Amino acid sequence: MTGTDTTTAPATAGAAVTAPAPTGADPAVTAAALALGDDALVLAQRLGEWAGSAPVLEEEVALANIALDLLGQARILLSLAGDEDELAFLREERAFRNLQLVEQPNGDFAHTIARQLYFSTYQRLLYAALAAGDGPLAGLAAKAVKEVAYHQDHAEQWTLRLGDGTEESRRRMQTACDALWRYTGEPFQPLGGLDVDPTTLETAWLDSVTAVLTRAGLTVPAGPRTGAWRAGAGRQGLHTESFGRMLAEMQHLHRSHPGATW
Amino acid sequence: MTTGTAGTAVTAGTPGTDAAEEVTRAAQEAVFDAAVAADERIEPRDWMPEAYRATLVRQIAQHAHSEIIGMQPEANWITRAPSLRRKAILMAKVQDEAGHGLYLYSAAETLGVSRDELLDKLHSGRQKYSSIFNYPTLTWADVGAIGWLVDGAAITNQVPLCRCSYGPYARAMVRVCKEESFHQRQGYEALLALSRGTEAQHAMAQDAVDRWWWPSLMMFGPPDDESSHSAQSMAWKIKRHSNDELRQRFVDIAAPQAEALGLTLPDPDLKWNEERGHYDFGPIDWAEFWDVLKGNGPCNDQRITKRRQAHEDGAWVREAAAAYARKHTGQHGEAQA
Amino acid sequence: MSSDTWPLWEVFVRSRRGLSHTHAGSLHAPDAEMALRNARDLYTRRMEGVSLWVVPSAAITASSPDEKDPFFESAADKPYRHPTFYEIPEGVKHL
Repeated sequence: MTGTDTTTAPATAGAAVTAPAPTGADPAVTAAALALGDDALVLAQRLGEWAGSAPVLEEEVALANIALDLLGQARILLSLAGDEDELAFLREERAFRNLQLVEQPNGDFAHTIARQLYFSTYQRLLYAALAAGDGPLAGLAAKAVKEVAYHQDHAEQWTLRLGDGTEESRRRMQTACDALWRYTGEPFQPLGGLDVDPTTLETAWLDSVTAVLTRAGLTVPAGPRTGAWRAGAGRQGLHTESFGRMLAEMQHLHRSHPGATW
Repeated sequence: MTTGTAGTAVTAGTPGTDAAEEVTRAAQEAVFDAAVAADERIEPRDWMPEAYRATLVRQIAQHAHSEIIGMQPEANWITRAPSLRRKAILMAKVQDEAGHGLYLYSAAETLGVSRDELLDKLHSGRQKYSSIFNYPTLTWADVGAIGWLVDGAAITNQVPLCRCSYGPYARAMVRVCKEESFHQRQGYEALLALSRGTEAQHAMAQDAVDRWWWPSLMMFGPPDDESSHSAQSMAWKIKRHSNDELRQRFVDIAAPQAEALGLTLPDPDLKWNEERGHYDFGPIDWAEFWDVLKGNGPCNDQRITKRRQAHEDGAWVREAAAAYARKHTGQHGEAQA
Repeated sequence: MSSDTWPLWEVFVRSRRGLSHTHAGSLHAPDAEMALRNARDLYTRRMEGVSLWVVPSAAITASSPDEKDPFFESAADKPYRHPTFYEIPEGVKHL
């Protein structure tokens, strides 16, 4: 990608295809479904990288369950916006609308847990609010919020154990929480097409995360919660450098066989 | 020593010095032999011959190790699966393998060994896993070939183990076999999609079957006349059929399946023998089998290094959770935070 | 036990309402809360259960196979505990 990155919100810049949304769909809803679907897809992909490398067998099973829940959510959401495989495999990096938070590399287990904690807390608040409404995503959110409640519980349990475990685990968990903190402002930017304004969820998110971190004996990070780049972030199709490599790996096989079915 | 599934793993009666103990021991042995002969199950706290226990530990551990090492060649493709549907299927399958490893380690633990000890032995090369996982997955079609052929061979081996004389192993295998029923079908379906797909996809599928066929036949172990543990295991009803019997059964099942797939098996001698009522097949390259077993396969080092790395990288996590439990836990492990 | 070893737990699953919990298998976990979650992830991922118990394996007291006869054999010669022991004239109903 070159210099054009500084423009704001280029909706489909660099996209190889623009998968047509199902006819009759409200484009704003479609865009929102795409953004939420991308969150779920990208995080599932990252969690899938753990397979075979988890700290203990029981955790292999737990992480895979979370990844499978997210992948299921992604497939439903992307199908609202078009063909799930075209959207997943044929879009360029700049056309992805996921939060930068979910694309962050796994790092050590502490980074993965911090990412899970931040994201699942947001996702649960958002889906609970969507489920309470009567918008087009209410039904999906009602099912997903139960899954996400478990993801949040999993992340909280581990945050407590890593924060209040050994000296090493506390240090690692604090480092991870600090490192990912700058990606935690983005989820609360306005997102059109939803009958919930994400900005209204921010206080509850901060309260919840603060409570868990405090209970775990961790310090709530003090740094800024958004980057200094005014062009925007993931929701505007602006991503971090490792994301392109993640996509290259995810997409290469599908793209090597244009038109093939699997 | 912690205990195993529903029963303390007590050490089997050590041979006594006085006559009374020897009488007891003979009586115990008679009870054990009678139970095996009557097709009853041996349970963890029953007396059992040391060699029976050792054989089971070796076999169950090797089986468990195979499940968790076997995650690697397939996990290799999770991040690259060509559709979201295939990605979900593959994730669920690799997850099952972790679960199966876990069930099997638990079964082994009922015999008085801990999972940690068994993992140590795997990591230090003192216990083996199935050699099939020392072959690489080079293309997406390998995922299909593993499902169809490797899981197919494994199922052929495993179904009789559901009736194994040792209760916890037999019960673990019932669960494993039930869950694995989708593994082979998804592999076959994935290969079928490739075989019926583009020319490039078809070629990919054929190439994978060419590479996995012979190693799959080797999974049944050496020929009966060279198999060192077979006779005793059959007598103890740990094993129910010989290596060659199971291999033949697998070939008989796979050959027509290959035809339906539209793929050929890489064996010019493979053909139906009306007289025997079985497929004849060509000679297996046992030199390769022994060579891979000795550590000279394409991925032996890679698999163990990765496994060891994951275990070492996870040590601080396991320590943290154990430390947290010590700080917050009451007598029976209820976290009191 | 080394510093990173987790104890063993036994898992009991109620497969549906109205049935008892039955033993499903075991797993390792650092404490009861995690044991319950690991049990959920491992033993109910195919809708096998609606309720779970986890018990530290070390907390189970099992009868010994050596005591099999004194424990269980004396029940064998008391057929009068079973309804089939009793003869009822033909035609008598609701008994």
